[in-house]
Order: sequence, then C-alpha cells, then structure tokens
Amino acid sequence: MALLDVENLEISIRFGHELLPVVRGVSFSVDENETLGIVGESGCGKSLTALAIMGLLEGSGVRVTGGRMRFGGRDLLAMSADERRHIMGNDMAMIFQEPMTSLNPVYRVGDQIIEALQQHRNLSRRAARRRAIELLDLVRIPEPDSRVDSFPHQLSGGQRQRVMIAMALSCDPKLLIADEPTTALDVTVQKEVLDLMLDLQKRTGTAIILISHDLGVIAETCNSVAVMYWGRLVETAPTDALFETLAHPYTRGLLHSIPAIDRDVDWLDAIPGRVPTIGEQIAGCPFHPRCPRAESRCRHEVPQPREIAPGHLVECHFPYGGDR
Amino acid sequence: MSAQPLLDVRDLKVHFRTRGRTVRAVDGVSFDIAPGEVLGLVGESGCGKSTVGRALTQLERATAGQALFEGQDILSMSRRQFLPLRRHIQMIFQDPYASLNPRLTVAQTLSEPLFIHKIARSRKDAQARIAETLDLVGLGPEAMTRYPHEFSGGQRQRIGIARVMILEPKLVIADEAVSALDVSIQAQVLNLIKKLQRDSGMAMLFISHDLGVVRHISDRVAVMSAGKIVETGDKSAIFEAPQDAYTRRLLDSIPRIMPLKETS
Repeated sequence: MALLDVENLEISIRFGHELLPVVRGVSFSVDENETLGIVGESGCGKSLTALAIMGLLEGSGVRVTGGRMRFGGRDLLAMSADERRHIMGNDMAMIFQEPMTSLNPVYRVGDQIIEALQQHRNLSRRAARRRAIELLDLVRIPEPDSRVDSFPHQLSGGQRQRVMIAMALSCDPKLLIADEPTTALDVTVQKEVLDLMLDLQKRTGTAIILISHDLGVIAETCNSVAVMYWGRLVETAPTDALFETLAHPYTRGLLHSIPAIDRDVDWLDAIPGRVPTIGEQIAGCPFHPRCPRAESRCRHEVPQPREIAPGHLVECHFPYGGDR
Repeated sequence: MSAQPLLDVRDLKVHFRTRGRTVRAVDGVSFDIAPGEVLGLVGESGCGKSTVGRALTQLERATAGQALFEGQDILSMSRRQFLPLRRHIQMIFQDPYASLNPRLTVAQTLSEPLFIHKIARSRKDAQARIAETLDLVGLGPEAMTRYPHEFSGGQRQRIGIARVMILEPKLVIADEAVSALDVSIQAQVLNLIKKLQRDSGMAMLFISHDLGVVRHISDRVAVMSAGKIVETGDKSAIFEAPQDAYTRRLLDSIPRIMPLKETS
C-alpha cells in the first residue's frame, strides 16, 4: 500500500443551491522517496486537489463530495478535525507559490519556525531555536546563526522559499506538497530551490507532490506525472513514459505549445480554443472541442481511464501510440 | 549594419534616487534595432530590462544617453515633441487587465487612439478600422460592445495587441507580453504576435524573462544583468554558443524536457 492513495476524488463548489463538481474521478498514489508531478493550466483543479489532501478546503465553500483518500492506510475523510489537524504539519506539510504571503511580515523568520516546532514537537524554546538554526543551515541559508533573527523582507525571494521549506520540513513530514514553489522565482534561483528539495528528499525519504504549470520543471524533478485538464486526470505515467509517448492529445498539445529553448520552430503547434469554464456542459470527452483527433465517439462517450502500458493510464478513446 | 537602424540606443542610463541611495537600474546600455527586426531583451527580475522599455516610451526619465528613432533623439524631447512619435512607438504590457480601462467598451478603447492621433477621418472610418483590427487579432466584431471583464486573459491580451496594431506602429515594445498567460493560450498569442510582426513589417523590442519565448520570437537577442547588457548577438549564436558566463548560467538553469521521439 502506498503512503497516499487517492481514489476517485471529487471536489465540488457551491453555486447557490447547486453543487458543481470541479474535480472528478481523480486517482493517484505516492510513496516515500517518490515525487509525483501534477501539471495543468490555471483552473484545472490541481491546487484544489492539493488543498483537499491537506484538509485545507474547510470553510471555503469548496468541499470533497466523493472518493477516498488514504494516508498511511488511514481514511483521511473519516477522521475527526482534531486527528486531521494532528496530521497536518506533523505528517504532511505544504509550501505555496508566494513565500511572502505565507510568512508573517512582522515576526522574525526564526520565531515562525520555532512556533511551528513548539506547536508540533515538545521542545523547549532554547532547543527549538537550536533546531531552527539547524533547519536554516539544512536549506542552505548562509549564516543561519544571524539569519534566524531576520525579518522576511530582509531575505531574497529564494531565501524566503527556503525558509518555507525549512518550516515545512521542521517536523519531518512523510509527505510534502509543493504548489508552484518556484513559479515566482528567477530561473537560476528556481534551479537551486528544486535541487534543494530533491536533495533533502534523498536524505529523508519524504514523498513529494509537486504541482506546476511548467512541464520542464516536472520533467526534471518527478518520477511520475499526472496531467490534469478541466478537473480530470487525463494522463498518468512514469515521467519517461509520459514524455516518450505523449499519449493524450492534451499532453502532446501542452508540450508543443512551449517554445523550445534548443531549436528553432517557425510556428508553435498551439491548441485551438480555450479551456471550458466551470459549470459548462460538455458531452463526451471534455477535450474533444479542441482535439485534433476527435471523432464522433468522443462527442458522445466520456472516456474512462485505461492502462496502455504498466502504470500508464490515459483517459482518451484514441490516444497516440494506441491502436485506432 | 548597412541600413540605418530604426532605433539606435547609445549608453542609456536610468538612475533612481531613493533615500539618499542611487539605484543604477539601467547603467549604460547600447543596442540598435533595424526596421522590421525583432530584438529580444532577456534577463532576470530587477536586471533593468523593463526600465529600458519604459525609458524608450518616456514613461521613465532617462538619466543619460541617447535613443535615436529614425535619427531623432527621443530622450531629449519634451512630451509635446514626443506625442507625434508615440503613434509609431507603441507598448504592449504584461497585464492587459491593468492596462485596459474597465469602463470603456472595446470599441471605445480602440477608437481613442485613432482620434488622438487623427488617423480616423470619420466615425465610419474608425468603425471600419476597428472591425478590421479585431479580425486581425482573432476577435469577432461582437467584441466591440463588450467590456474588458467579459473577456478571458488571452482575449484581453488580444485587445491590448489590437490597440497597438490599429496605429500601425513602426516599433512595438512588448514587456512580458505573454508571461501572464497559460501555456496553451501563450502559444496562440505568440503565433499571433509573430504573424502580425511579419505581415506588418514592424520592428519589435521583445522584453521577457523567458528564454524559450525570446528564442521563438526574436531575430537577435541581448542578455541583460544588473543594469548592463552582457551579450548581444544573433539568436542562434546566443543560444548555441553563448560567450558570457552569465548567459551560460541562465541557459543551464532552464529545466529541460528530454528530446521526444516524434510519433504521429
């Protein structure tokens, strides 16, 4: 059994008296030492999925309306709020895109790490401070002895994200969810932060779910990839297999939309049209209005996930590399 | 360069004074752009690339240097002297929502510059030009009576592009013009900008932090770091054989997707 097992997850948003499903039939699992990438464009449901796992949807008008989530064999959805809170922070931690909005600007970064440590670990203030300095050193903040007393604004964007990572790792979580952790950072800093995350994973074995819109970031850091489109998981595969076959037309379209850094292409093979809005009704496959391979079957029948190779699932009637 | 450049920037400096400290945002930058050429200006946040674009459109005051547009120094012009040139030097911004007036319909937004620059001869002429330009950027005539909030991010950027193209400018300065868009929409808008640039023959200064995007759209590329241009060259030279250490580090930092086998 994997560390985290998500099965048929459904998340809905309340609109007046109606509950509109915005994430449907999402299934995946992550184990220790593994990094799963979830990739997709704005509004595809990748962040909602992460918040649902963390238990952070509470009170937002968005809730889990179906499916199962098991963490270490325990049913997350059947737990009491107290049990959930105990897992959050201790066993699961999350970092977000913009560290400046996650850090409290009026407290020293050290105090914020110490607060997290004292909340979850039975440590004296002195011991917690010592641990905070160790953690800052671990995430390669220079001069951690003095940086521990810095305010967030005195750090660079990359350093702030390192502080968030230090805080997230303070209680040795089994699972780290990183939602666009490097999107606000410059490329050179992005590389350092991603390298740091993977390096720490090697030492601790923490499972990572990395959410990103950037296929390049996903390709370089993840063992397996889940591609989301309009609330659905359209393709899941080991990273190599995914980029070798690009079985789902959306996955392929997404990759071809990215201007290459290593060769010249005159025109980008852009996906026509736009992502449907929440609540829009589409019969059949939700991608068919934009799909170059769509046939009449795609307009009537919702494709179910099928395994085209071991561990490689595709929700498409006519995937590339499949028989048609 | 044999032909006279459309824009010739020499030793441009833009310094800001804050609390007794001087920030050298742009510190002696020189480059030129030929008519119909696309120069990509690439660098990380805070390197001064946006300030270069803003100085060239007089949104920021240059501290020193020259920028010769068809031989005339635009940096030494008063706002009044610059006004007639504004038609020919247009800017596309990152966030189209922030640069469109939310209380004007698309038709009103597009007709404003036509009358300011006295391009439209009559209301009817303006209407015709607006419809034609909307068609050019891939929006239907029904867009005319709608407001910016009724459009998606990609469509808003098309409106921003339409507002620029309707003036038939000679030089367009695009500052992170596709950076806020999702990849699939970004590809559509990039194709559009490239097509419009080629069809109209306008020159472009394309400012971006995204090296892939810059390679795709540019003829030549200038790499900027800490207020200075560290390397300029044909894009193939910059991307295939970078000379400067910073350019190399930038290129090395980009996550790569392994080469894929083309199947179809």
